[in-house]
Amino acid sequence: MLERAEIIRQEYLRHDKKFPHVWCPGCGNGIVMGALLRAVHTLELSKDEVVLASGIGCSGRMPTYVDFNTIHTTHGRALTFSTGIKLAKPELTVITVMGDGDSTAIGGNHFIHAARRNLDLTAIIINNSTYGMTGGQYSPTTPYGSISTTSVYGHVEHAFCIAELAVTAGASFVARGTVYHATHLEEIIQQAIKKKGFSVVEVISNCHVQHGRRNKLGGAVAMINSFKENAVRVNKAEKMSAEELEGKFTIGVLADVDKPISTEQYKRVVAEARKNAVKNADEKEKTKVKRYE
Amino acid sequence: MSDERYEVRFSGSGGQGIITAAVILADAIGSFDNKFVCQTQSYGPEARGGKSKAEVVISQSPIDYPKALEVDLLLAMTQTACDAYFFDIKPEGLLIVDSGLVQQLPTSRAVSIPFTQIARDVIGRELVANMVALGAVGYLCGQVGLGSLEQALLARVPKGTEKMNSEALQAGIEEARKIDLDTLPRSVLSDWEDEL
Amino acid sequence: MVDSENVKRVLLQGNEAIVAGALAAGCRFFAGYPITPASEISELLSIKLPELGGTFIQMEDEIASIGAVIGASLAGTKSLTATSGPGFSLMQENLGYACVAEVPCVIVNVMRGGPSTGLPTSPSQGDVQMARWGTHGDHPIIVLAVSSVADCFSVTVKAFNLSEKYRVPVIILSDEVVAHTREAVALPGNDQIRVIDRVAPDVPPEWYKPYADNNRGVPDMANFGDGYRHHVTGLIHDDMGYPTQNPQEVEKFYKRIHSKISKGFQDIQVTKTFLMEDAEICVIAYGSVARSALKAVRTAREQGVKAGLVQLVTLFPFPRKSVDMYLRQCRVAIVPEMNMGQISREITRINQANCRIVKHNRIDGHLISPDEILKRIVKA
Repeated sequence: MLERAEIIRQEYLRHDKKFPHVWCPGCGNGIVMGALLRAVHTLELSKDEVVLASGIGCSGRMPTYVDFNTIHTTHGRALTFSTGIKLAKPELTVITVMGDGDSTAIGGNHFIHAARRNLDLTAIIINNSTYGMTGGQYSPTTPYGSISTTSVYGHVEHAFCIAELAVTAGASFVARGTVYHATHLEEIIQQAIKKKGFSVVEVISNCHVQHGRRNKLGGAVAMINSFKENAVRVNKAEKMSAEELEGKFTIGVLADVDKPISTEQYKRVVAEARKNAVKNADEKEKTKVKRYE
Repeated sequence: MSDERYEVRFSGSGGQGIITAAVILADAIGSFDNKFVCQTQSYGPEARGGKSKAEVVISQSPIDYPKALEVDLLLAMTQTACDAYFFDIKPEGLLIVDSGLVQQLPTSRAVSIPFTQIARDVIGRELVANMVALGAVGYLCGQVGLGSLEQALLARVPKGTEKMNSEALQAGIEEARKIDLDTLPRSVLSDWEDEL
Repeated sequence: MVDSENVKRVLLQGNEAIVAGALAAGCRFFAGYPITPASEISELLSIKLPELGGTFIQMEDEIASIGAVIGASLAGTKSLTATSGPGFSLMQENLGYACVAEVPCVIVNVMRGGPSTGLPTSPSQGDVQMARWGTHGDHPIIVLAVSSVADCFSVTVKAFNLSEKYRVPVIILSDEVVAHTREAVALPGNDQIRVIDRVAPDVPPEWYKPYADNNRGVPDMANFGDGYRHHVTGLIHDDMGYPTQNPQEVEKFYKRIHSKISKGFQDIQVTKTFLMEDAEICVIAYGSVARSALKAVRTAREQGVKAGLVQLVTLFPFPRKSVDMYLRQCRVAIVPEMNMGQISREITRINQANCRIVKHNRIDGHLISPDEILKRIVKA
């Protein structure tokens, strides 16, 4: 195990980059990054063929540290850049990492349309219920009643369930994990990358510095432990009553469906367009000859 | 310089195929006769409303201003269009109207041809009245090879409608052949205006 | 436009000629969102791009469109988007990204009356200063204007070439009149067009510094997937592309991205002149208005007035050197524009010759007529 960790550190981290990173001690982002790197390693993907894209926020810094083709885009727009990269070079494995505000507030429209469009992309959304980098303002996943720097009297709005939103928007594969269940996280990220179509992995993570502290949820350890207590496997949740599920959330695979991928479908468009172009050119020639020779 | 320009304006109401007729004329002159040509049209709500216009500027040298300044030939397929677009026709310009749709002529230097009726009676489709009119405009403007006009038409009309449109064009040309422009008054202005 | 007798001419709209120019320049990716009066560009490319093995996509909005365009360009495909004012407003954020990350791409803005929804179907030149300064922060950018169908082809080719050569987004400003006017043009064959591509690194991947300075000021560009794994960011970055706040590195970065453009002024700044040899009065115009101006200048000459036209093809970086020369030559410069005076600001700014600058602004949604300009010339 240690040996593998060392291989991953040597192989996948950028050693010419000026470390340390920007993440706070105890932040879940590192766990997600580790799970992602292990997944890529297990899948034996070539580093040259992997693109890691991100938006803005704490999660946005992840690409800087890893040795792939990496791009740190604008806030909320990461999936649009990924769409262009994938369409231009479909052979690349394009993974996009985003935060909760990044993907469902400013980038909400891009997110649901990427799911609907069904390109072969993988989106990893680290959901820590707050805007950490800007100082702990409320995000689309901040729980009702929570304290944040922009809801000091308690949050009056309701939270998105990101994975369920992805299912509804039409993603081919949707799973939820947590930074506590690191091995499980690695597995679902692997599945998501392997899946042909738009895949989403929502990762419940901790921002003990902003969200945790203000809401008395404890430090990093306490918060991460709470994910263990509150996470229920999808298949187990099906057998539980609403009361039993109060305050819990599901983890596991929420959707795994096979449907046509738009990049594959576009090949048909190209073939048809080419056939049509040849046909039109032929007909034009014929009409000319017939009437004016 | 301005003498070199020859300007044709097609006008009528949205749906009469005014723009299509202008585009075919421009294509014939520009692509087949190798003259310089600029084609513009009313666009947006203006093009969908009561009146629609499209212009073709023709020249032996590169064209600067793309729109019509002094119109040499005005085709009016409705009374509204005739009233609206007659004002900047040249004194020696020519007005061509659909006789079934334009009854009040602002000048006696005008040619009336029942384009819509010909389309209905001869071709069997009112829809191709624009092509009948194009035939007449093409013949009477003297700026385009009639072969070029037909080639441009064949290249631009929807597949399967070539024969119908081509016949409509020919019907328009034939009708125009019967007209002797020399019998018309010299100017679109009335005599008293000429004296001013 | 010079045509020999045996070259086949085709009747094209301005928007169609932009498509032809883009394809000739090697564009194989388009992402856009429907908007009047630019939609013909999308529609035609949705047919033409797959024919050539390229990709067309309609995105959820203009923000996404330019995002996809930047992504495709980073993966090595020359990319285009086309829009009008409201969409161009939405693109400003990622336009700045393309400036900072130095991603080649071309953005066509078929100008319509603004601000806001404005006059969707009427021509305007109201986005000139926005094209230069729309995105936040000091940034280099190239803005070109088209005035005819032939221009739409050749300027689009030029736009792609400049974009690839200088690794900078290039804006093409068109307007409703240019977009929808049809003219017969002889398109040059592929062998007659000079196409410039980005310079690929010639060092092994482990030596590659994606943002290092060189004598051109334009770093060699590796595409994603070509084996040169590197980092791209909208943050100010060092030679390796990694974020930096080191004052020396920050200043070096800004200076380089600006100086790469100023080093190329001669190549980038294009102005055309008509009848300027002995002109005492010049009309300085661009876009469709330049055509009205040419007509006015010719008519003025017939009346014995020594007038000439300076047509700006490159609006930004503003062609200071050549305009200054004509301001020194002429006693009056007339600047007709379909806005409240956006290029006349630039001309006034650089005028050190005591040339009288006469603005002529029309904002009613109609093209300025030759007569209006002629009256200004005669009065001058």
